[in-house]
Amino acid sequence: MADAGADTRHEARVQLGIYLRLLAARIRSDWQYRTSFVLLLLTQTLVAGLDLAVIAVLFGRIDALAGWSALEVGLLYGIGGVAFALADLFASQVEYVAKHIKAGTFDRFLLRPMSPLLQLSADQFALRRSGRLVQPGVVLVIALAGAGIHWTPARFFLVPVAVASGTAVFSAIWVLTSSISFWTVETQEFGNAFTYGGNHLTQYPIDVLGPWLRRLVTFVVPLAFVAYFPAAYLLDKPDPLGAPVETALAAPVVAAILVLAARAVWLTAVRHYRSTGS
Amino acid sequence: MAIIELEDVVKEFTLAKRSGRLRRAKSSVRAVDDVTLAIEAGAMVGYIGPNGAGKSTTVKLCTGVLVPTSGSVRIAGVDPTRARIEVARRIGVVFGQRTQLWWDLPLRDSFELLRHVYRVDAARHRANVDAFVGLLAMDEFLDTPVRQLSLGQRMRGELAAALLHDPEVLFLDEPTIGLDVVSKEAVRSFLLALNRDRGVTVLLTTHDLVDVERLCSRLLIIDRGRVLEDTTVNGLKERYGDERILVVDLEEPRPPLDVPGAEVTRAEGARQWLRFSRDEHTAAAVLARVAEQAPVRDISIEEPPIEDIVRRIYEAWRS
Repeated sequence: MADAGADTRHEARVQLGIYLRLLAARIRSDWQYRTSFVLLLLTQTLVAGLDLAVIAVLFGRIDALAGWSALEVGLLYGIGGVAFALADLFASQVEYVAKHIKAGTFDRFLLRPMSPLLQLSADQFALRRSGRLVQPGVVLVIALAGAGIHWTPARFFLVPVAVASGTAVFSAIWVLTSSISFWTVETQEFGNAFTYGGNHLTQYPIDVLGPWLRRLVTFVVPLAFVAYFPAAYLLDKPDPLGAPVETALAAPVVAAILVLAARAVWLTAVRHYRSTGS
Repeated sequence: MAIIELEDVVKEFTLAKRSGRLRRAKSSVRAVDDVTLAIEAGAMVGYIGPNGAGKSTTVKLCTGVLVPTSGSVRIAGVDPTRARIEVARRIGVVFGQRTQLWWDLPLRDSFELLRHVYRVDAARHRANVDAFVGLLAMDEFLDTPVRQLSLGQRMRGELAAALLHDPEVLFLDEPTIGLDVVSKEAVRSFLLALNRDRGVTVLLTTHDLVDVERLCSRLLIIDRGRVLEDTTVNGLKERYGDERILVVDLEEPRPPLDVPGAEVTRAEGARQWLRFSRDEHTAAAVLARVAEQAPVRDISIEEPPIEDIVRRIYEAWRS
């Protein structure tokens, strides 16, 4: 059993190495069109700022939103935004699976001795999207420094864990919604409601959502675990509906469950493709 | 030993047709209909048939892209349905109209990336790249981005890319489609050399019957998912090759002539094509009968292209 574990880890390292080479190839390809690459990178950086502008306008008129100050909401925006931008960078490419199926080019991924999901991610990897990391990243740093967090080792470690879990949650949602296109092509809009829409939801304290939506983002599409629960834990803010602040610590578990579910659905989708050819 | 084995393979696709406002009528189509065949290691086999005959579907079943509805597929003894990745390492695939190269990078980079994807060791890879660059005359464009290559150059790149991991079987779907005469010939000589020197088994689907004549020791003619004939080029010619076509240019356009012993297969303006059996009539006799009916300006005699032979096989089976 120990050997099998070591083999699996070795295999994972090899696959990761190949994946990184494919990413590098993609970046070299984009670099062929330097000017457009730089312009798009700038655009992406600025577009990400629009969300921030909305929050700034909001707090120009009010001092607190459901008991959250501007910097506290900044913490939500920062954690959720960074997690979303990372998932956008590495996982959003699964959306293209619909185009590949339509064009008949998905077969190519099945002809190579490698996970089609990794190939898909590398094939359309766009470094310019990293521009979307800048604004939430800066806001996160400012909010962490200025929101008056009483630092403990647990709170300190929760920050990277929350970001990683949030990235996993968004990535899993991307894979789940894209898997649907194996059955019906043209469902990207539907998927976007959960990914891009989900990103917007994480930017606000979930108290502002009605109870129905709140239940949805806690239990069904667990977006509340991306930013709200972790931020509440960092700020030691009691949840108005009585969820303990330690709920945040379940974030990695929730993320892992969602990732496993996404993996299962994806594998089923690929199996469906191989038996129907469409 | 058979390296490709198909046993009672059936592949059905379900088509949903809209009937009425919301209801959908489902019908199923057999793209591959109970095919059993075995291909020996080292063979070069042509898989020919009209569009929609099930050629590509068969290739997809052999490569593990598709899973058969029933029956079994074995590539070198391995089931591609279950062990897709293992089979992927042992086969090479070229789809003529789709690229597997990195469009914006030099051809050389695609080779290097595939080396990692297929986990080929560096020395072996270098030896293969050198060999293929020589055989396919790729020096000039090895450092050119793939998007700038001509179709012929790109196809040579695709072939090399599919072979760098030393596959035992090479599947080619329309490898010469759209190529100019010189490139076609380069591809054909390369495939012959590959088969001879490395013993790679080749299964190719094609519309180009010159490919078949030049390359294939064996010929599978398929239609509607079934194998109609399992034969050789010579076998086909012996059986159907006694026919000749007399092409006559008349002084003026005429309705199709009625010539005993020959049949007008085509008429275009003043030109008519007459098919006759060489064993039963001489060309001179047929021509004399034509000349009795209409003044002739020019003539030529053609062998029926293999295409016609194949078409007649289809007609015979379909009627």
